[in-house]
Amino acid sequence: MDALLQLLQKDDRVSPAELAQQLNISEKEVVAKIRKWESDGTILGYHAVIDRERMNPDLVTAVIEVKVTPEREGGFDHTAQRIARFEQVESVYLMSGGYDVLVIVHGQSLRDVANFITNKLSTMEGVQSCTTRFRLKTYKENGMLHGMEEKCERLAVAP
Amino acid sequence: MTSRISATVQQIPKSGIRDFFDIVQTMKDVISLGIGEPDFVTPWHIREAAIYALERGKTSYTANLGTLRLRHAIATYLAKHLHVDYHPKNEILVSVGVSEAIDLALRALINPGDEVLYHEPCYVSYGPTITLAGGRPVPVATRFEENFALNIADLEKAVTPKSKILMINFPSNPTGASITVEKLEELARFCEKHNLIVLSDEIYSELTYDGVTHHSIAAVPGMKDRTILLHGVSKAFAMTGWRIGFACGPADIIEAMMKIHQYSILCAPIMGQEAAVEALERGEFSVNQMRNEYEHRRNFVVAACRDMGLPCLMPQGAFYIFPNITKYGMSSKEFALQLLQEKKVAVVPGSAFGASGEGFVRCSYATSMDKLKIAMERLEEFLQQGFR
Repeated sequence: MDALLQLLQKDDRVSPAELAQQLNISEKEVVAKIRKWESDGTILGYHAVIDRERMNPDLVTAVIEVKVTPEREGGFDHTAQRIARFEQVESVYLMSGGYDVLVIVHGQSLRDVANFITNKLSTMEGVQSCTTRFRLKTYKENGMLHGMEEKCERLAVAP
Repeated sequence: MTSRISATVQQIPKSGIRDFFDIVQTMKDVISLGIGEPDFVTPWHIREAAIYALERGKTSYTANLGTLRLRHAIATYLAKHLHVDYHPKNEILVSVGVSEAIDLALRALINPGDEVLYHEPCYVSYGPTITLAGGRPVPVATRFEENFALNIADLEKAVTPKSKILMINFPSNPTGASITVEKLEELARFCEKHNLIVLSDEIYSELTYDGVTHHSIAAVPGMKDRTILLHGVSKAFAMTGWRIGFACGPADIIEAMMKIHQYSILCAPIMGQEAAVEALERGEFSVNQMRNEYEHRRNFVVAACRDMGLPCLMPQGAFYIFPNITKYGMSSKEFALQLLQEKKVAVVPGSAFGASGEGFVRCSYATSMDKLKIAMERLEEFLQQGFR
């Protein structure tokens, strides 16, 4: 991966001037690269990484394994795209193995998620079955550890 | 009153770093750029391997040379990365860090009065360890104007019929200087001409930047038989506390080093050895991540220093910058002390790394970017207050 992209992925709030300094390239180059990635869809957006459990301990996350009947033209795309359009759906992946589509859903409560599954997801044309699993606790999300920061304790001066 | 401490030990100066550490320790909220070790914790997969080793009851002594498994891992690693082949059976010794290996090598080779050449500014232990082994330290200064590279003409001036060993350290602590293949070849001819054994401390060999790769003098044709290659897992794998280094060289020298090692140390700790196997066999990804991070920080601190008018080279290895502070008209110790007292930033006076380090300070960028930013702001404030 491009070094600039790596830095942005870690922290997108660093200014172009600082990024330029760290990469030993010009600020102009940094800005041009970012613009290019934004326009060609390499960079899809920027957002804060939130610890959902801290924000709202009652929040429910469900991982739903969906079996889908593929269509003659388009395979799984049509159904998967329809699922993806729902706002409460965070991620949708086509999977290999025992089921076809993996859906990650966030809801304000258990009822909220249950409603989505029974009224929307499982009644959708092409959806054969859903197996729903609920998140109990988060240890790591988006590459960030939750509640287990490590501090490197060092002597103040060492050879 | 006569001291009960031996004359040899009395004659050895205390490490300049230790003095400074004692002062820093008494202060609060100091940002330290004085630390010669990574700010990363050892990568989890390595720690996990050590925990697994403990669960399996790996708590015993090992062979004096180190576990055969680790020696095999070292041989494979060096063949792949430094293109030099060592036999795990009798050409590799696992030590308690490179520091021990340096001591072993010097004690195994030096007869009283033998001279040991080394380039300065250099790691704090070289001179004293040579003295303790009964040798005579012969430092050869390297210069800021020459990127702290070795100058063969200077070496020629320093060499005498009593010279037996040349110690080199690239990438270098404290200057960050690296060495080119051409210079290594030149150096090889110099060593052959004067029949010198080379002690090559390559502990920073993974940490090179700008796409530069490290080359070992042991890989230069004809040099393997007169080179002791010293390396370890401390720096690149962020494993300083595990204390695992290794020495690779001709079987007769390794055997001699082993004799001392077996009586004084017996063997390196087994948990560290188990962890080192994991590091060498599967640590490349972590090393690359940390190296990238260091490179970004290096670019930042060098640019920041230059922006504030502090003359500073762009080092291609290790994780130190060694800016030139002569224009401020203070000794490196005064500079470091004032900076510490006034701005609470700790750097190490260059004089701690030998006489030719005077006029410089060592700043380690193995510290988080956030802290480096604050440190650079404070440094700039310090320089602007005008003692020019």
